[in-house]
Amino acid sequence: MTDDTALQRVKFYQTGTRTVGNRLLTEDDRTVQASMGRSNAITSGHRACQGCGEALGARYALDAAMRAADGRLVAVNATGCLEVFTTPFPETSWQIPWLHSVFGNAPAVATGVAAGLRMRGKTDVRVVAQGGDGGTTDIGFGCLSGMFERNDDVLYICYDNEAYMNTGVQRSSATPPTARTATTPALGDAPGNVFGTGKNMPRIAMAHNIPYVATASVSDLHDLEAKVTRAMGICGARYIHVFVPCPLGWGSASENTVLIARLAVECGLFPLFEAEHGDVVSVGKIRRRVPVDDYLRLQRRFAHLFRKGAEDRQRIEAIQRMADANITRYGLVDAEDDQ
Amino acid sequence: MTEKSRPFAITLDPGTSLQNHTGSWRSSRPVYVDRLPPCNNACPAGENIQNWLYHAEGGDYAAAWQSLIRDNPMPAVMGRVCYHTCETACNRGQLDEAVSIHAVERFLGDFAIKEGLTPVVDAPPSGKRVLVIGAGPSGLSAAYHLTRLGHAVTIREAGPMAGGMMRFGIPKYRLPRDVLDVEIDRIIGMGITLELNTRVEDIDAAFDAEGFDAVFVAVGAHLARRTEIPAHAAGRILDAVSLLRDVELGATPPQLGRRVIVYGGGNTAMDVARTAKRLGVDEAMIVYRRSRDEMPAQDFEAREAEEEGVLIHWLRTIKQIDESAFTVEKMRIDAEGRPQPTGEFETLEADTLVLALGQDVDAAFLDAVPGVQIAGDGVVEVDSQMMTGRAGLFAGGDMVPSERTVTVAIGHGKKAARNVDAWLRGGQYEKAPKAELASFENLNTWYYDDAPKRVQDQLSMVRRQSGFEEVEKGLTEDNALFEARRCLSCGNCFECDNCYGICPDNAVIKLGPGNRFSIDLDYCKGCGICATECPCGAIKMVPEIA
Amino acid sequence: MMKQIEGSQGIAEAVALCRPQVVCAYPITPQTHIVEGVGAMVKAGALQHCEFINVESEFAALSVAIGASAVGARAYTATASQGLLFMAEAVYNAAGLGLPIVMTVGNRAIGAPINIWNDHSDSMALKDAGWIQLYAETNQEAADLHIQAFRLAEELSCPVMVCVDGFILTHAFERIEIPTQPQVDAYLPPFAPVQQLDVDNPYSIGAMVGPEAFTEVRYLGHQKQIEALDVIPRIAAEFEAAFGRASGGLVRPYRVEGAETVVVALGSVNGTIKDVIDAVRDAGAAIGSITISSFRPFPLAELHGLLAGAARVVCVEKSLAPGLGGVLASNVRMALRGMAVPVYTVIAGLGGRPITRASLADVFHLAADDKLDDVTFLDLNHAVIAQQLALADRDRHSGPIAENLLKALNPGLVRAKPQDERPKP
Repeated sequence: MTDDTALQRVKFYQTGTRTVGNRLLTEDDRTVQASMGRSNAITSGHRACQGCGEALGARYALDAAMRAADGRLVAVNATGCLEVFTTPFPETSWQIPWLHSVFGNAPAVATGVAAGLRMRGKTDVRVVAQGGDGGTTDIGFGCLSGMFERNDDVLYICYDNEAYMNTGVQRSSATPPTARTATTPALGDAPGNVFGTGKNMPRIAMAHNIPYVATASVSDLHDLEAKVTRAMGICGARYIHVFVPCPLGWGSASENTVLIARLAVECGLFPLFEAEHGDVVSVGKIRRRVPVDDYLRLQRRFAHLFRKGAEDRQRIEAIQRMADANITRYGLVDAEDDQ
Repeated sequence: MTEKSRPFAITLDPGTSLQNHTGSWRSSRPVYVDRLPPCNNACPAGENIQNWLYHAEGGDYAAAWQSLIRDNPMPAVMGRVCYHTCETACNRGQLDEAVSIHAVERFLGDFAIKEGLTPVVDAPPSGKRVLVIGAGPSGLSAAYHLTRLGHAVTIREAGPMAGGMMRFGIPKYRLPRDVLDVEIDRIIGMGITLELNTRVEDIDAAFDAEGFDAVFVAVGAHLARRTEIPAHAAGRILDAVSLLRDVELGATPPQLGRRVIVYGGGNTAMDVARTAKRLGVDEAMIVYRRSRDEMPAQDFEAREAEEEGVLIHWLRTIKQIDESAFTVEKMRIDAEGRPQPTGEFETLEADTLVLALGQDVDAAFLDAVPGVQIAGDGVVEVDSQMMTGRAGLFAGGDMVPSERTVTVAIGHGKKAARNVDAWLRGGQYEKAPKAELASFENLNTWYYDDAPKRVQDQLSMVRRQSGFEEVEKGLTEDNALFEARRCLSCGNCFECDNCYGICPDNAVIKLGPGNRFSIDLDYCKGCGICATECPCGAIKMVPEIA
Repeated sequence: MMKQIEGSQGIAEAVALCRPQVVCAYPITPQTHIVEGVGAMVKAGALQHCEFINVESEFAALSVAIGASAVGARAYTATASQGLLFMAEAVYNAAGLGLPIVMTVGNRAIGAPINIWNDHSDSMALKDAGWIQLYAETNQEAADLHIQAFRLAEELSCPVMVCVDGFILTHAFERIEIPTQPQVDAYLPPFAPVQQLDVDNPYSIGAMVGPEAFTEVRYLGHQKQIEALDVIPRIAAEFEAAFGRASGGLVRPYRVEGAETVVVALGSVNGTIKDVIDAVRDAGAAIGSITISSFRPFPLAELHGLLAGAARVVCVEKSLAPGLGGVLASNVRMALRGMAVPVYTVIAGLGGRPITRASLADVFHLAADDKLDDVTFLDLNHAVIAQQLALADRDRHSGPIAENLLKALNPGLVRAKPQDERPKP
């Protein structure tokens, strides 16, 4: 340790780069969420379940986008939990202009919104489209791909809670192997969702060569806000895939939402990275690596892997291999630490 | 757009969900708590360490110092000589390394000296007069706190200088005298009358003739303990207290010869051996009957002594002295941890033996005071209010039953002052109930960055072995700030905004800088994320009562 | 300016004159020439301040239009047949959100069997989606209806579907009067949305509405259509005043005075019907016809008045409600409440089958004698049907109907397994 640490370079180890705010940082260096003047794009009184990761992720993302757009932002929403819990007549939680059409068309509606704004000369107003994993990776996939391919000036944000939660926890193409859902019960020879299925939506987005693709997690607000801010600074089609645990669908304690999201990152199952024009340009390194067990064990959807006396090591190890593959693919662990 | 033309039901006014009070869903609610940080809990002087570090983190060293001296008037001394039990307790030690609290404290103390900061005395004068007997750490501390509480204080000190064991027990290389003098002068400068070379023999007279309303006695423990060692022809035998005192007064350097044996395993033994080394002896040895694990000295004292060339003979007792030949018997530690003789002997050569076997209290002047209970070793009994059997006569420091460290003494001074104050006002001091301890398990350490401790530089070995210059250097401002910011703020909100940011229901209200947060119970669904993700364990979930 | 152009081009030019701001297109026959025409004008700079967006499906096409309309941009798209069904969810949604989108439907049959030719099965499938549905009789009217459609849509905050018979109109070259830009600008003011996504008025559009208010929302949608019954004739009259020709409106009677038999139809077939009526009337039969221009809202009162003296009504319609008969006829019967007048359904022109004057004359004669079946399939090949029904009767598993029909019509073209080789149940 050297003594040459200039005062301004002294990090705030207490409050520094990980907590939401820091009384010692200048207003500009704090997160948007730390600000008393944040836009609260979704305000109180919404009907999300206790500990909802999506409610949190959406406010994180949209408040950051609002700051980046200087308040000139409109949002388009696919059908899903986020839509339902924010806008049941006669009350809405949204405090920004917001439009919901149907389940599968949010990216296309957003394209139209962007085009309409351009044609009306409102070029300063930016457009965000958002949906859950079902609305993104399944039913809205065609429209999303079309929006990407045309490179429309839309930031699409997917809040991934790995199943159709709004309809009662059915499998989507984002549901991980072995996860129990209403349509992949923990029964038979291959309990839960089967291995070898599912879409890697961020990679698919990258394959469109759009200017910006990123993954983010509600467990890392600074990273999430930086990515949204980055995306908002770019024109063209952009995609951010946010990991949002669902206490109801995952069978986890409501207070553990952020913890579980963090463990997903730290075990390697949910890699954090950014890509530009199809190439990965940065990755979020794992800070305290944990085995996938730590992540899986907190969720009842994986409970069948940890039955007393019959722990399903084979499947847990297969999931560990998925995590390890991510770690290798993205270089999530620095070589010297990787023991 | 008018109300009339807007489509019914499908188009809604922004933010109208505020009408939906989701607080009714809640089965438990978050409550902000201030848990007791382990450092504060461990501090014998009762310092609110977390609080002064909080100010230091922000770079407001003056505020940090003012916070610090609410409990301890001598931060510059304390940052040097305290054995910092706070750091042993520090939760950060379980994460990487404990915060170097003493180093920040010293930085703040030195900062205050450099800036000429003074304590604020804002209590109205009480009209009461208190006599403090003894100008050691306990007496100075009591005088300081009593002054801050509005009382007029006179200190009477039998010796020629104030400071007590800080001056006569702790060598200069650990506590430079200019630092000590400044901090004593600052205390006295608050309006305290200091009478040196004044031995008090008649307590009753102080009350009755002089009209003091209360007396606090803190004369310390100065009588060196001796031991019987068969000696055919004894060489030079000294006691540690006298030796250190002589060195301090510096009239004539004690003649120690070429080789010195110090007998004992406490901090004083280490200090004497290291002092002997600095006085130019060729060989400074310590003989101690137990092993390193059992020694009462601080580990760093033994380590630094050894670094400076002091040879420590563990598990040895001196059986016989013959001129310069010391017969020592090897010992072993039994199952109960006691040293047992082995019957094996060896011989050490030395010119001088210094006994560092502890000190007793000279409380003879209290013998005549009715109601005062004095034990065989001179230790004076006090009650929970630190009062002796004589009403209005309080005692503290090394002369009452306790651990004998400067920090404990300073703590006694504060405690005594509070009790004296309460007594003078006709009441009894009630200590605020202790908050629940902030344990490591209460923390969410994810949010703290890795930050290795800043190490204090040390004087070069050559200079350590040849003079009394201070061994341990202070931290630079950068490093002090760095250390302060390593504090985890255990159990106490430090306004990191986590709860405010992390609530999926926007149900945490940020009250603005310095005012922390509150929960909006209209909307809080009781999910508990704020409590889980509070880095410092300052939020607790409490069940709702139906 | 009179032009000899294809119907699609006429529509494209009329749409362009309406200054649409966002036009999105996905190709489907027979709508392609329309959007190609608009696209070319955008690309050439003839149509400015308009974005032409090639999308990946009809579902996206209407969705893009929804988005554009929701920010107050004038939005247009065109589709047909399968495409209309593929966007069905968005069709309902646009109406529910009250977005004044104009969409051309180049009417075409719906598969299976796949068929690219004209009938009205597509627009009839979406007749109750909440859109106003206008049907063009001629290419001139097709062009004119689009100009009126934007007026109508924006005045009512309701999307309008302009139905144009595929190929028969879209691909026919005729003389069309194309108005000038100043004429259209004078008739069609700029779009002033009643609601839009607006950062200064951040409303939420598209809320979830439960049982407590859903009926009211639907009632208001119905009310809007009822209101359109007044608006449509008014803007048609204004159109006539501005452009000097009659187009659109709710209904157009033809020689109904004293007519005992009144033929009712939608779209281009009315031209043929009028020819037949002329011929039959001249031969002494008391027959007339009514062209329904606005199918949604359905002009019940106007029909009621026009049919007051009729002895019978014959609905010639290009769609089939299997198991019931005629969609148009069912609607017309609503207009005859309190009148003991038989309504005959003639299903004609399915999948592009020509509707000949001779065949129409035959059914009109039968109708005049009240010898017409309730539901008549014009020019049905009874021999093929008989054969197929016989096969079906012999064996419920006779194979695909389409294949068997083809086989019956063209023996030898299709090689099927010999009947006796098929396993017996």
